Amino acid sequence: MLAIQVLINALVLGCLYACIAIGFSLVWGVLNVINLIHGSFIVLGAYLAWGAYNSLGLSPWYSLLIAAPAFFVFGYVLQRILLNRVITAPVLVTLTLTFGLDLILNNAMIYYFKADYRKLILNPPTGSISIFDVVVPIDRLIATGAALFLTFLLYLLLRRSKVGRAIVAVRLDRDAAVLMGVDVKSIYAVAFGLGAALAGCAGVLMALIFPISPLTSSAYLGKAFVVCVLGGLGSVSGALAGGLLLALVEGIGSVYLGPAHAVTLSFVLLIVFLIVRPQGLLGRKGFE
Amino acid sequence: MTRSHYILFAFLACVAALPLFGEAYALRLGTMACMYAVFALSWNIVGGFAGYPSFSTAAFFGLGAYSTGILMNKGVPLLVSVGVSLVFCLLLAAAFGAVLLRLRGHYFAIASLSLVEVFRELVNNATDLTGGGMGLNIPLVSGSSVMSDATFFFYAMWGLLLITAITVTIVATSKLGFGLNCIRQNETAASMVGLNATLYKAIAFGLSACFVGAAGGLYAAWVHYIDPSDVFDILYSVKPIVMALMGGLGSPLGVVFGAFLYLGLEEVVWRNYIQIHSGVLGVLIILLLLFLPHGLVSLRIEKIRQALFGRKASHV
Repeated sequence: MLAIQVLINALVLGCLYACIAIGFSLVWGVLNVINLIHGSFIVLGAYLAWGAYNSLGLSPWYSLLIAAPAFFVFGYVLQRILLNRVITAPVLVTLTLTFGLDLILNNAMIYYFKADYRKLILNPPTGSISIFDVVVPIDRLIATGAALFLTFLLYLLLRRSKVGRAIVAVRLDRDAAVLMGVDVKSIYAVAFGLGAALAGCAGVLMALIFPISPLTSSAYLGKAFVVCVLGGLGSVSGALAGGLLLALVEGIGSVYLGPAHAVTLSFVLLIVFLIVRPQGLLGRKGFE
Repeated sequence: MTRSHYILFAFLACVAALPLFGEAYALRLGTMACMYAVFALSWNIVGGFAGYPSFSTAAFFGLGAYSTGILMNKGVPLLVSVGVSLVFCLLLAAAFGAVLLRLRGHYFAIASLSLVEVFRELVNNATDLTGGGMGLNIPLVSGSSVMSDATFFFYAMWGLLLITAITVTIVATSKLGFGLNCIRQNETAASMVGLNATLYKAIAFGLSACFVGAAGGLYAAWVHYIDPSDVFDILYSVKPIVMALMGGLGSPLGVVFGAFLYLGLEEVVWRNYIQIHSGVLGVLIILLLLFLPHGLVSLRIEKIRQALFGRKASHV
């Protein structure tokens, strides 16, 4: 029974991890920028859901509809006015720039929301399903479904829409895309906006399950890193595979070694993957 | 030795005179400034010379602090403990470097960043040895007056800075420095002509960690109490990069000036904007990257003159 419970937990958590990582992976893959603000975006999304529920009584599902366009615009503008200026600079510069932005956003959140942990508590509570001894909370199940849906939406967007194909084209070969008439700067901004929108939506979903505090942003960022490297960069199915693998390893690790070692275990996994298979489980040069 | 190296040592000699003028606060600032300069110089070996974006400063700072703290609790004298920490960090980092420096660009940055997390978790969970999240108390060194204690730690940190500066100068002017430069410019070509890139990178990573570890040891003895979230703070990894960017990547004189300037700014910000100090730091980083991407050493008198009194017609 324990094995099945661990497996179910890993499935549920893995989809959420994929949702955390997918926007990060998109930005990294397309722009070649490690977006250190990603964790803070997620926390901001969680605060949005929390605030909307507690002050306006808006259910988190409607918050998703607000978060997606709001974060898209935020990300788009950020890329247009700041990141596009240094996009061709060495790794160190873009990395440090996003770190600086993260310091500002995180500090602003600590200033306004304080560092206390808060929790979005749905009223009435959703309860949980239990079959034999396996227990699955319903809110977690719904969040997982929504995370899968968002991931699928991104996949469709990249596969079917014109702008999605342009993003893939820029990722595959920037120079050829320019020759084909793609406006690379605006595609960068769209990709960054999409990354931010996905982070915001992931934050709304996280608010349903985990406590909210500005201090948790680095934990989300760490998860996104690991999932990206495990799954392969800039690949939707890779993010899913990476998320599931990470959740499974963490689950098994906490059963056998104790929860205190889960973080160490995931980082050891990260380093092993970086060295043995840096392209990740499903890493290829495209969004397949 | 170039002219900038002579200026660097002249500057360090001036810094050594600080206790003649200062009270305890000035000494504390001086000690911090020397510590930051050690960070920046050390980071420069791997980040500036070899061009690998390392985020592992905090990892070895914390490791040095903890190994010194544990040794001192067992009754080993301060300087011996710091020396052991230095050698320990040197060997460990060289071993890690040989593996991690096979990665490039973002991948290396992440791997070095995760080193901090792993070490912090390990220290956090080894409760018997390190006290875990409760932190570790470290015995007082002398027990004499506040002022003599402050002076002692200032000179200890200054001495470490001097050793670091000498080492970095030797590296910069030696075959090792030349090799690291080649690695930064084109690693594949460098190994094609017979340069043992792995060995060079491992030595560079070891050197960039050992002084940071020793600084961590001195810091631990100086503040008498450390805990994992304090010494494994990721900001310790980022600050040296900001200092180096501020002063100018690759130039030892530049990064030391960057470190002193950074400490000055940090102190002003801390004093006046305690609630939003990291936000202000973020704004500073962004302005720096956008408007002065090559650091202060890139500012030439000629350029400033041109900017102030009009530019000559450019070629376009």
